[in-house]
Amino acid sequence: MDLLQQLTQYAFSGLSTGAIYALIGLGFAIIYNATGIINFAQGEFVMLGGVLTHFFLIVLKLPAGVAMGGAVIATTVIGALFERLTIRPLKRPTPLSLVIITIGGSIFIRGVAMLVWGKDTQSLPPFSGEEPITLAGATVMPQHLWIFGITLLVIAANKFFFYYTIRGKAMRACSFNRTAASLVGIDVRKMVLLSFVISSAMGAMAGIIIAPLTMTAYDVGVMLGLKGFCAAIIGGMSSGFGTVLGGLLLGLLESLGAGLISSGYKDAIAFIILLLILFIRPQGLFSKAQTERV
Amino acid sequence: MKRSVVTCSLFVLTLVWFAVCSAAQPIKIGALFSVTGPPSFLGEPERNAAQMVADGINKSGGIKGRSVQLITYDTGGDATKAVQLANKLIKDDKVVAIIGPSTTGETMAVMPVVEKAGVPLISCAAGRKITEPVNKWVFKTAQNDNLAVAKIYEYLQKKKLNRVALLTVSDGFGSSGREQLKAQAATHGIQILYDETYGPKDTDMTAQLTKIKGIKADAVICWGTNPGPAVVARNAKQLGLKLPLFMSHGVSSKKFIELAGDAAEGIFLPSGKVIVADVLPDADPQKKGLMSFVKEYQKLHKVEGDHFGGHAWDAMMLLKGALEKGDDTPAAIAANLERSKAFHGIGGSFTYSSTDHAGLTKDAFVLVEVKNRDWVLVK
Repeated sequence: MDLLQQLTQYAFSGLSTGAIYALIGLGFAIIYNATGIINFAQGEFVMLGGVLTHFFLIVLKLPAGVAMGGAVIATTVIGALFERLTIRPLKRPTPLSLVIITIGGSIFIRGVAMLVWGKDTQSLPPFSGEEPITLAGATVMPQHLWIFGITLLVIAANKFFFYYTIRGKAMRACSFNRTAASLVGIDVRKMVLLSFVISSAMGAMAGIIIAPLTMTAYDVGVMLGLKGFCAAIIGGMSSGFGTVLGGLLLGLLESLGAGLISSGYKDAIAFIILLLILFIRPQGLFSKAQTERV
Repeated sequence: MKRSVVTCSLFVLTLVWFAVCSAAQPIKIGALFSVTGPPSFLGEPERNAAQMVADGINKSGGIKGRSVQLITYDTGGDATKAVQLANKLIKDDKVVAIIGPSTTGETMAVMPVVEKAGVPLISCAAGRKITEPVNKWVFKTAQNDNLAVAKIYEYLQKKKLNRVALLTVSDGFGSSGREQLKAQAATHGIQILYDETYGPKDTDMTAQLTKIKGIKADAVICWGTNPGPAVVARNAKQLGLKLPLFMSHGVSSKKFIELAGDAAEGIFLPSGKVIVADVLPDADPQKKGLMSFVKEYQKLHKVEGDHFGGHAWDAMMLLKGALEKGDDTPAAIAANLERSKAFHGIGGSFTYSSTDHAGLTKDAFVLVEVKNRDWVLVK
């Protein structure tokens, strides 16, 4: 295998891992854009998607479609409950208390999942076969194509929702200014709830489509959540292409770093990028700096 | 009706009470296992197996007519808690010997305690540090990493696969394995061409495997516990890597085959004999014990007995052997444990001596290959 071929393989591997990060990052971005909250329980929604699908499909032996649909619905209900029971009762929400609440929530969800479904790692069957596809000397799994496809679909749906529907526009209004939004008649609380519903459903979906590749267990949410968060930060918390590019870039750098430098630095690479971006371009790589008027 | 039931049970209880009082005092044995916490996959089967042995001894009349009382505490995998509970076992419960703890970290923490009190400890953890250097009071039953490495290298040498690529997980298990793989390479004439790691939570190892594909290695050795090695197996299949792939004994359970699926086919790994008990040759001295352990455990707990339960089973049986040989004072037990010879247990055939408190050779491991989603012995 010559170097060019190796580089192609690194690129493909990186892009496919990156697409996973992007999909998870989008969940962060949606809640952030609607509410200003960074939801650190996003990774747990991803975990629930995979674990619940395994539970419905393998343990309860439901048909695949029902199992996946059921997992998305169940996770969405959990996401909505999470908002109603932990975020909403807060009298004077500050960014710090919200962050602490979501971290606490994620630990709680992980703990319950461990007690209910145990600590074992589980695998799910792939959607369409296990034969690798060869592209320009490099190989990808059919499941990777599913991930790419669904990520694209989700971005398109997001774009449409946030820019062309009244509800989407209302949600954006809430993120700019809660008081002003409620003054023009937007039910801010409903919008916050809706953002949790959307992002938990998306997280569950991400969890379902990546589980056949990465396998699933009660504790997969931590690392995936952090990587998704990195992707969203690189993309400047945009709910569109910014986060997707952020995810792909992250995956690519990790893969090239592991292949060309040393695999020991793989996670370090992700977090060094995160820190650099927070220091140098806190608004993200792809967006203009915001100016605040006093 | 109800009253008669109560009277009857009171009567029976009284009888039992008298029986207990009239019999000799039971021999008290302490056990520390992480039944909960991250290492619960070790602690739970260990507790079950130890209790199974204790019940078995009592059913068949005890040791020299005295029953055995097993006092088990759960450490939750926490070294601090393990130390507290070890003190409790020694001072409050006044046990004559302790089996466990489940992990190397906990064992290292408990060792000074038992040494000071002079109570023998049979650890169920695998770390080499536990018995090297030899501590008069501390024994262990789990197999050392270096024996598994030796088993793999011996096979590679025989098949003239001299250039290997290493891929180890970056946790305690992986780094200990990596150390051994590097230390023993020269003596077996093995050349390590590539030495990289992966994170315990990594979900994609294609980058490392792509690099391995680019070099001229003869075999790949991956050292880790689930789920990492399953990902490596799947990625290797995706990349069309044709080299023989060796895993560690850390994945010698059906769970690995389940996770890796078709990608597990043709993978080699060194393993304790429990998982292949039924296909072992009848001449194997361990076979009889293994079969009865697996079956008895399955009858009680609905799953087949595994390596981890085997460690506790071995510890209890070695202790039983020592108690049968002499007094039940801690010092006598430690001295008699050291004289255990050719005890054919679950983890291997143990022969302790004053210079060896691990007691096993590389024959404790067999090399197995995955074929048709099951293990077959490699001759």
